[in-house]
Amino acid sequence: MTSLGFSESSAAFCFLLILLVPLAGAGLTLINTGLGRSRSAAHAMVASLGVIGVAAIVYVAWGFSLEGVAGRPAHVILGGGKPWNWIASEPLCLRGVQFDGSPVSLSVLLQIFAVGLAALVPLSAGADRWRLGASCASTVLLAGITYPLFGHWVWGGGWLAQLGVNYGLAHGFVDGGGASCIQVVGGLTALSIAWLVGPRRGKYSHDGMPAAIPGHNVVFVLFGCLLAWLGWIALNSAGAILFAEVEPGRAALVAINTTLFAASAALTAAVITRSRFGRPDASLSANGWMAGLVASSAPAAFVKPAASIVIGAIAGGITILAIEAFESWLAVDDPGGAISVHAVSGIWGLLAVALFADFGDKSGNSGQWLAQLVGIATLLGFVLPLTYSLNWTLNRFYPQRVDLEGERQGMDLHELGAGAYPEFVVHSDEFIQR
Amino acid sequence: MKLAGFLLLLAGWLIVLSTLALLHSASAQTIFLLAGIAVECLGLALVVRAHLVLSEARE
Repeated sequence: MTSLGFSESSAAFCFLLILLVPLAGAGLTLINTGLGRSRSAAHAMVASLGVIGVAAIVYVAWGFSLEGVAGRPAHVILGGGKPWNWIASEPLCLRGVQFDGSPVSLSVLLQIFAVGLAALVPLSAGADRWRLGASCASTVLLAGITYPLFGHWVWGGGWLAQLGVNYGLAHGFVDGGGASCIQVVGGLTALSIAWLVGPRRGKYSHDGMPAAIPGHNVVFVLFGCLLAWLGWIALNSAGAILFAEVEPGRAALVAINTTLFAASAALTAAVITRSRFGRPDASLSANGWMAGLVASSAPAAFVKPAASIVIGAIAGGITILAIEAFESWLAVDDPGGAISVHAVSGIWGLLAVALFADFGDKSGNSGQWLAQLVGIATLLGFVLPLTYSLNWTLNRFYPQRVDLEGERQGMDLHELGAGAYPEFVVHSDEFIQR
Repeated sequence: MKLAGFLLLLAGWLIVLSTLALLHSASAQTIFLLAGIAVECLGLALVVRAHLVLSEARE
């Protein structure tokens, strides 16, 4: 939480930024839908609305009481003679929050949108086979346990944020725009879901070779990228102001950097696919664009524009490689590339803070390296086992994968009773001369 | 194999936490932190391998 006194104009500016954040969710929804099959398109949109709604309700009812805001009541234990802030102790249902334009109330609003974004990420990995009810139930676990717990450690003044104060690790774990608590948490949950529901029927042949199942609407995907761009600028700016003590006047730099991240990542992806396949691949270039946005979340407020181009280009490159690795070598069927885009690129963005960030002081980046590595180790060593075990337990009681007949019919007909594109059905009587 | 992999992931994270709580010199912290991450990588490799075996069995 910023220690700066918030003027009314700063609060109004921050509020306007936060109101643009749902555009990132709209963009992700379009991308998830476009990269799935046409017979599951309506299901993808309804599931997106469902998980955003469930995430908001669960977070307000319960999640915020675990996450809290820096400087507010929390449970602290002593370890090695230092305080370890593990979990917030806010009342349920936001009863302790005053909605007076203060940074606390703005943080709550941003968090409600942020948890919705995190919940959208796994939908991409479970596309065409993850049941609607199961995705909503899984979101209860994400918004009620995984997200608020890790979010408190990073954005709520928890032990990761205080690594600098308590252990002299430069500025502690730095993540202005939610690369860790939104993107990597969402990406690791997506990995868990992809493992638990298994690949789509027909994705892998008997000898393990993956078949290409192209997305049904690339226009949705590319328009989603443009919407997400605006939403990400707002998310990175508002997050940096509220959680990383960045002056509101630096929002222009954050917007420039976010744009450069996305641009260089998309161009890199286009160049790589052009050199490998002879032509730039539209959906992989879109994945590159999103990977740039994800990688921008942690460092956008702390790096120079030239560094943004370099970090974005690397994000685009590693994401394309990761998508191929997950699909071909690791047998993980992730139709939208969510694991590579959100988890892999998000982790690269967190590392880039240690490599490229300039905080304008003399603390140096050696301690920052350790702080960022501790955060990444926590994501892999705590969040991944937690989210996998929660979803595995859910799967035991409420199977997450649709049955064989449902997958053959398509999720729209099976779960919603109607397709997204009824006009696309060709009726034989249309060709009879009258 | 999958359970062992997840236990290794947790063990690696606990090494990282213990490093912060018990060690004070920067070089020792760096070495043990990297060791913790190495244990996590081993755990991740085991989990990935377990799922590969599972998907081969499905086919």
